[in-house]
Amino acid sequence: MMNIFTWDVLSGVLRTMIALSTPFLFAALGETFSQLSGVVNLGVDGIMLLAGFFAFYAVFLTGNVWLGLLLAMLVGLVMGLMMSFVSVTLKAQQGISGIGLQMFGLGMSSLLFKVLVGTVTSVTGFRPVKIPLLGDIPFIGSILFNNNVLVYSAFLLVPLSWWVLEKTTLGLKIKAVGQNPAAADSVGINVNRIRYFSVCLGAVLAGVAGASLSISIANLFQDNLTSGQGFIAVALVYFGGWSPVGVLGGALLFSLANSAQLWLQVLGINVPASLAVMLPYVLTIVVLTVAVNRGKQPAALNKQFFRGEN
Amino acid sequence: MKLNRIVTAIVLLAVISATAFAAGEKEAAASTAAKPLRIAVVMPSATTDMAFSQSMWNALLKVQAAMGGPSALELKYSENMFNVPDAAAALRDYASQGFDIVIGHGSQYGSSIREVAPDFPEVVFAWGTDVNNFGLPNVYAYTAAAEQGGYVNGVLAALLNKTGKIGVTGPIEVGDAKTYIDGFVNGVNSVGKNIAISKTWTGSFSDVALMTAAAKTHIANGAGALTGSSQSVVGSIGACKEAGNVLWFGTQSDQATLAPALTVASQVYDWEGMLNDIIANRKAGKLGGDAFVLTLANGGLKVAYNHGFALPADVKAKADAAIAGIKNGSIKATP
Repeated sequence: MMNIFTWDVLSGVLRTMIALSTPFLFAALGETFSQLSGVVNLGVDGIMLLAGFFAFYAVFLTGNVWLGLLLAMLVGLVMGLMMSFVSVTLKAQQGISGIGLQMFGLGMSSLLFKVLVGTVTSVTGFRPVKIPLLGDIPFIGSILFNNNVLVYSAFLLVPLSWWVLEKTTLGLKIKAVGQNPAAADSVGINVNRIRYFSVCLGAVLAGVAGASLSISIANLFQDNLTSGQGFIAVALVYFGGWSPVGVLGGALLFSLANSAQLWLQVLGINVPASLAVMLPYVLTIVVLTVAVNRGKQPAALNKQFFRGEN
Repeated sequence: MKLNRIVTAIVLLAVISATAFAAGEKEAAASTAAKPLRIAVVMPSATTDMAFSQSMWNALLKVQAAMGGPSALELKYSENMFNVPDAAAALRDYASQGFDIVIGHGSQYGSSIREVAPDFPEVVFAWGTDVNNFGLPNVYAYTAAAEQGGYVNGVLAALLNKTGKIGVTGPIEVGDAKTYIDGFVNGVNSVGKNIAISKTWTGSFSDVALMTAAAKTHIANGAGALTGSSQSVVGSIGACKEAGNVLWFGTQSDQATLAPALTVASQVYDWEGMLNDIIANRKAGKLGGDAFVLTLANGGLKVAYNHGFALPADVKAKADAAIAGIKNGSIKATP
């Protein structure tokens, strides 16, 4: 096993893990809100793609990463409204409307990229910001406190999401609507409004996830940049048992497995590459099979709410 | 409810049309009164991928320009056809629309070509990268001896390397992605410096984020130069650029524009000669049966030095010597 257990390698594995987990965290935490309100949004990948494109395009034109981020959030919001309108107001089957949104995002981002940019080109995205003092702590300083602002935000979003869901009235309403919309409705909660809010919040965060790919990790845009990461984010919500902390665990585990397999290959450890790249997926399936607590699944997940008929 | 269904149907229709518009076939040239030659190509990624698909599209555009423009050669393409059944349908559609030459530009399209070609004996089919034309009289196969440019890039990388480590970021260990890297490793080793080469395979031709992470992992491990193939290597090039001092060696298309200060050279697939041969053969009544291999010797492969990179003259001389050696057979690109 030669030099795999050195501080340098361990630090490298963890740094890569943190970077890779960022888009998963944004997208999966957003999807957690959406699903807790009862709406499965399978369009996350499409939102990430279109928002990722607009973030890239804004930076490509202006060099302003904040404008890119804002545009990505706006695209997320618009696509969230589309998803809400179709699945909440029109009460269409959620899975179908989500897939429609995903296809729309994939096709539209590809079309806009071809028409507006034409060829692959890179931009300067968010740069790492070292946090004073904390960034100087040996070992963990370089792993945790020398990242860009999107990485910090993704990790801060975990306790924030937990707080909103567990400690605020809004969180209670979101969960009530996802568990028993008829009961929530009977006590005066506007089910559709809460679902609109949750889906849109999830979509805005999916937009940030897309931006984290195009203007933070890869710093470029290419057709199908996400390569299905949005679907993995949806799976992470189930993996995490609809809890922000569970989602964090899932995102870190999946990213750690991916990071570790890359390092195994770089260090020349004698593991067949095809086995190494399977590692994150195999691990995910094993944990999904063993650890997921299905009891926590929102009872009204993927169910339309017809006022007065339920 | 009825209104809801109608609105839902309209939304779905809009979504499907947008997707079809983006990923489906696009007309590159309108036909004119004089009957032009018609070529259609189906590709796994975008015509702008800076890699495999772009190399074919650029060659087709060059052939079109040489023939006198769209009035002489009509081109159509279907890009982003990762899904093989979709690609098979597109190949059949083009053949039934009366295209003269239909190209399946991806080694995953072999079985589709084998299935479709016998139904259209008057249409020329070409596919690659492979050398198998399935014994069909209307199928050409084509491939690139990617190991040759890989060897030259390897020589350059070894001579310029200062850290003693070089990283290779590959997609899947198959086809020209593998042979390129085999040649590259052989080229590095031929220089005789003590250089460690690390390889990573991401398991995907398109996962840019994972490729970026792989490249950053090599860089964190001390690699002073990187190479790799597939359209996802744009992520690797970005990682080199971000690091600021890690050299890049490209393949398939000229990738210098992505990192002008760090790209030393790119092996370029130039399919123009092969396309001209296929067109000439067709005119002479030979619709298939051959396998084309792009090499440095036949001009199908070219090593494009990046003029924006200050390559020392002695290093360039050694790379040129490697090119000459491969051309005359005195150097074998793979052991």
